Amino acid sequence: MASVAEELRANPPAKLAIEHVSKWFESGVVKTHALDDVSLSVAEGEFVCLVGPSGCGKSTLLNMIAGLELPDSGSVLAEGQRVTEPGRDRMMMFQESALFPWLTVLGNVLFGLRLKPGLRERERQEVAMYYIGLVGLGRFAHSNIHELSGGMRQRVALARSLAPNPRVLLMDEPFAALDAMTREQLYGDLQEIWAARRKTIVFVTHNVREAASLGDRVVLFSANPGRILREFAVDLPRPRDINSPEVAVHAMQVTAALKGRGPA
Amino acid sequence: MRRVLTALLFFTLLVVAWHLAARSGRWSAVLVPPPADIVAYLWGAISDGTLVGALVVTVKRLLLGYLCGVAAGVPLGLLTARFEWVHDTVGTMGLGLQALPSVCWVPLSLIWFGQNEGAMLFVVVMGTVWSVALATDGGVRNVPPIYARAARTMGSRGLHTWMRVILPAALPFVVSGIKQGWAFAWRSLMAAEIYVTILTGFGLGQLLNYGRDLNAMDQVIGVMLVIVVIGLVTDKVLFSPWERFLHRRWGLAKV
Repeated sequence: MASVAEELRANPPAKLAIEHVSKWFESGVVKTHALDDVSLSVAEGEFVCLVGPSGCGKSTLLNMIAGLELPDSGSVLAEGQRVTEPGRDRMMMFQESALFPWLTVLGNVLFGLRLKPGLRERERQEVAMYYIGLVGLGRFAHSNIHELSGGMRQRVALARSLAPNPRVLLMDEPFAALDAMTREQLYGDLQEIWAARRKTIVFVTHNVREAASLGDRVVLFSANPGRILREFAVDLPRPRDINSPEVAVHAMQVTAALKGRGPA
Repeated sequence: MRRVLTALLFFTLLVVAWHLAARSGRWSAVLVPPPADIVAYLWGAISDGTLVGALVVTVKRLLLGYLCGVAAGVPLGLLTARFEWVHDTVGTMGLGLQALPSVCWVPLSLIWFGQNEGAMLFVVVMGTVWSVALATDGGVRNVPPIYARAARTMGSRGLHTWMRVILPAALPFVVSGIKQGWAFAWRSLMAAEIYVTILTGFGLGQLLNYGRDLNAMDQVIGVMLVIVVIGLVTDKVLFSPWERFLHRRWGLAKV
């Protein structure tokens, strides 16, 4: 099984560079300045959280890193290469799970793997089962999506985005729709997986506490136009508990900075 | 089991009531034949082969036309959903033609093709294709855009996205569309067969109409029963497996 092992070991985390990116959206006569001259760099293996009020362009920026949208000016570089379209090295996990209801859990995780060349079908199955096990759903590999709870669905979505072994994981408010208990479990799991699988993670959220407990760095955005307001380094030991006082202190600093700019 | 018994009891009572009504002497036996006469007719028609022959002719026409209609309708619906200009042209035409009861194709079809299989095929295809195309188009437009975005990030492009993401995502709509297409095809074929004698084959509709000509109500009602049974069997054989699959995978209520 050398090649499965190789497949799992391959792809070290990548670094990202966002350089003077601007983006406008037009709907009818209204023209929104979603992002205004935003520059940000993300180191290899770093966990960066983007927070800010709705409409600050944080999701737009994430979509640009994914290659789903292109900047109107400026550029997005992944490992020095300009991003012009989606690529397997940058996988996205969405707000709603966006899982395919016509496929089983295994089928969903295999979807991206089947598009990845260089693997035999049996190896793909093995890799898929590894990630389904990693998110703790080994017993549910053949379940249908509608049979799973919201938390389990997001675990499947996580396994699906991890399976092609991307170097960058982009997460767009992935836990926003979950209950608090499930969410806290997933914080723990995500930190473990991040440490074990060595990914660069960009995580978008509007939950300041979530950002402070997960990120090495919290990037605060302001809206209209979308700009980076401030950055906060969070150098607390891991794994972190979202309920710990240290995390709360960091979160309060971010909230204070957010409030300093008027109501969100 | 209880539900089966209830249904069985209902139908038994229905037949008994019918029998008593026919025997009451209020109506002529020519107009209201007792159930036994109908059974006798069906038995005779099966024994001498007329019923089976007509059944084969009709089902052949129906399946051929229907499969052609679905085979054309699904790609057509995908095209109208994919290209705005196809939607504005062919899609608009389809919307108009779908509003036309498919029986209305019969006169035109007979003049164009003559009293033969070609005419029947045309009527059935016209009855099927537009409703299937419109349902497919609607289904594709209802697919959440996030599916295609997720697929793109995983490396899916173009035709792969259409075949592996958009089409399966639209499947519940497509299935209800092809089911509706079936209903239209079946009705238009029966109308066509009753409306005119087709020289190349003697179908169920003609058998029904001959029953009228012969004043044989046992034949009329007997053939009607056969037509009902075909409808039910088709639903079970052709559509139930799809609906069960959708129900199991999507967790949807039956379409």
